[in-house]
Amino acid sequence: MSILLNRTTPVIVQGVTGRIASFHTEEMAAYGTKVVGGVTPGKGGTVHLGLPVFNSVKDAVRDTGAKASLLFVPPPFAADAIMEAADAGIEVCVAITDGIPAGDMIQVKRYMRRYKKEQRMRLIGPNCAGVISPGQAMMGIMPPHIYAPGRIGIVGRSGTLGYEAASQMQALGLGVSTSVGIGGDPINGSSFKDILELFQADPETDAVVMIGEIGGPQESAAASYIRDYMTKPVIAYVAGLTAPKGRRMGHAGAIISAFGESADEKVRILQEVGVHVAPTPSDIGITVARSTGAGETAHAERL
Amino acid sequence: MDIHEYQAKELLANFGVPIPRGGLAYSPEQAAYRAREIGGAGWVVKAQVHSGARGKAGGIKFCTDEHQVWDAADSLLGRRLVTHQTGPAGKVVYRLYVEAATNVETELYLGFVLDRDTERVMVVASRAGGMEIEEISRERPESIVRVSVEPAVGMQAFQAREIAFALGLESTQVAQGVKTILGCYRAFRDLDATMVEINPLAVAADGSLVALDAKMTFDDNALFRRPEISELRDKSQEDARETRATDRGLSYVGLDGAIGCIINGAGLAMATMDMIKHAGGEPANFLDIGGGATPERVAKAFNVVLSDERVEALLVNIFAGINRCDWVASGIVQALDKVEMSVPLVVRLAGTNVEEGRTILETSGRPIIAAATLAEAAEKVVAAWREGRTNRDTVRAKEQVA
Repeated sequence: MSILLNRTTPVIVQGVTGRIASFHTEEMAAYGTKVVGGVTPGKGGTVHLGLPVFNSVKDAVRDTGAKASLLFVPPPFAADAIMEAADAGIEVCVAITDGIPAGDMIQVKRYMRRYKKEQRMRLIGPNCAGVISPGQAMMGIMPPHIYAPGRIGIVGRSGTLGYEAASQMQALGLGVSTSVGIGGDPINGSSFKDILELFQADPETDAVVMIGEIGGPQESAAASYIRDYMTKPVIAYVAGLTAPKGRRMGHAGAIISAFGESADEKVRILQEVGVHVAPTPSDIGITVARSTGAGETAHAERL
Repeated sequence: MDIHEYQAKELLANFGVPIPRGGLAYSPEQAAYRAREIGGAGWVVKAQVHSGARGKAGGIKFCTDEHQVWDAADSLLGRRLVTHQTGPAGKVVYRLYVEAATNVETELYLGFVLDRDTERVMVVASRAGGMEIEEISRERPESIVRVSVEPAVGMQAFQAREIAFALGLESTQVAQGVKTILGCYRAFRDLDATMVEINPLAVAADGSLVALDAKMTFDDNALFRRPEISELRDKSQEDARETRATDRGLSYVGLDGAIGCIINGAGLAMATMDMIKHAGGEPANFLDIGGGATPERVAKAFNVVLSDERVEALLVNIFAGINRCDWVASGIVQALDKVEMSVPLVVRLAGTNVEEGRTILETSGRPIIAAATLAEAAEKVVAAWREGRTNRDTVRAKEQVA
């Protein structure tokens, strides 16, 4: 099993006819993802990459039974597209788009609350690399071959730092159940805590790697959840120990503006609740191996 | 994006926020003329730099006649103002704002922020204005009122009234208080701000409210639909290195160390900087060239980082996922044809086709130090930087002897 996505999940791509979306749609399908169609308003009824294109998400859901949507819509129209997916009954929406105004995300989050919790769409991202359940399916822009199938969950804000962690783990023979990029924006669909809950409940995930960074309250909120509810080991790294206060480090959300938002403080908060924090980004794989025992053989062999 | 006080005041005035009479000046003559135009018997000459705490740094001067205004302007223009927010480099004063002095009875604090916890706009207000919000929360935490705005309907008048009463306004002042608070909220929402701060919001001796200072920060992601805000950008207030990089579409933050960094992805960039620090060095910059790492972007990044005089060694760390390492490696070699490299260069590639990439770097005939892991890359660049430093010191010592 995995969380959010598996080989049977029917997926549509919003903005499918764009150049970048087309490239990644083909990659996803080649990996084994069950891509059933795409949405580009105005191009309904056409066929793109062998997939039916629809004018609206509602049409796509009705005709294909899509449960998940991957979103490549440009920033000015992305919030609208996310709300459209929520309204059409999509269960999981992964938004890759970088650059959505924070004001729009406030509206999106408020809009999604009109649906009862059990019917509410789960939004992953925006400004993220996506979700992959190795060996089964992927929805995103990550290079799939760096993820070995296995029983460790990954959740992180950053794309390439997540790749770094996954390839360190692969080198040590540590496989991944699902890897989830929650994105670098200040207001995002799912928090660390939201994804930790899913991993905690997933019988095929034994431990979770959490890759945080400076800015925002989500690592602290995750720490409270880990302390109170999490029985599986959590390994973490927090990027930005050298980041100055008040400066935005690339991601819109990576800025230290309040108490508890620096990497040092987050590391301390996580260590206090028993999280194994990797001392450097080069030690993420080895820290996972040591704290799970899962990769002990591989680890010993390597040393 | 940050803007100047006078720009924030002009914007807020359009939303009904009361501000003192004032005008912009670029020269002492203009400042004195502004004072005459405004009239009255007292003026404040204020340095326009993107920083708070300007008063403590000597950037705000009270004057009672035109000569004083002239002198104040003369002493401020061209000066480098150093506050605890600007860092030691400070910011140069090119513009002044001349304002009618207000006879202040009470100083209040009024702020609007994007609260990431509740994912809503939060109003923060206090009777203890005049000091920074960090100071208020330390010394007068009981004075702070917080109100969260429901995004579906926006801020309601009753919420503004509650804040106005909590600030201790008299019943005759509440209407103006409500208008000010709602005006700030509308400006925040309609202009895609991420922060609006009026500190102090003064109660004048005549009982009226007036915004003595104003600060606004805007969401960079929303500038595409706010051209009138984009126009307010003042490059003279930015780090020249950052202006050069952002104008080329690169995400860059200038730092004080000597090791330049070129990395793809913000998280990996931060992690690489952490690794450099761990290895005993200090990064000169944060630079994310984006996920793609095309040869053009790599070349641009080389130009930006190498034009920084602080840089004494360079680390390139690219995780090539969709783009293969061999392609990125060729891009780096091509970029090296176009730039003059005078500092040691360490390159670490990871991801798809890493062996092919490494071979291209090693057989390129270029002075590239290749590294396999993040840790090795950081250690090698710090070692190369130290060696370069020792060599430079030796050369310098020899020159002195000669």
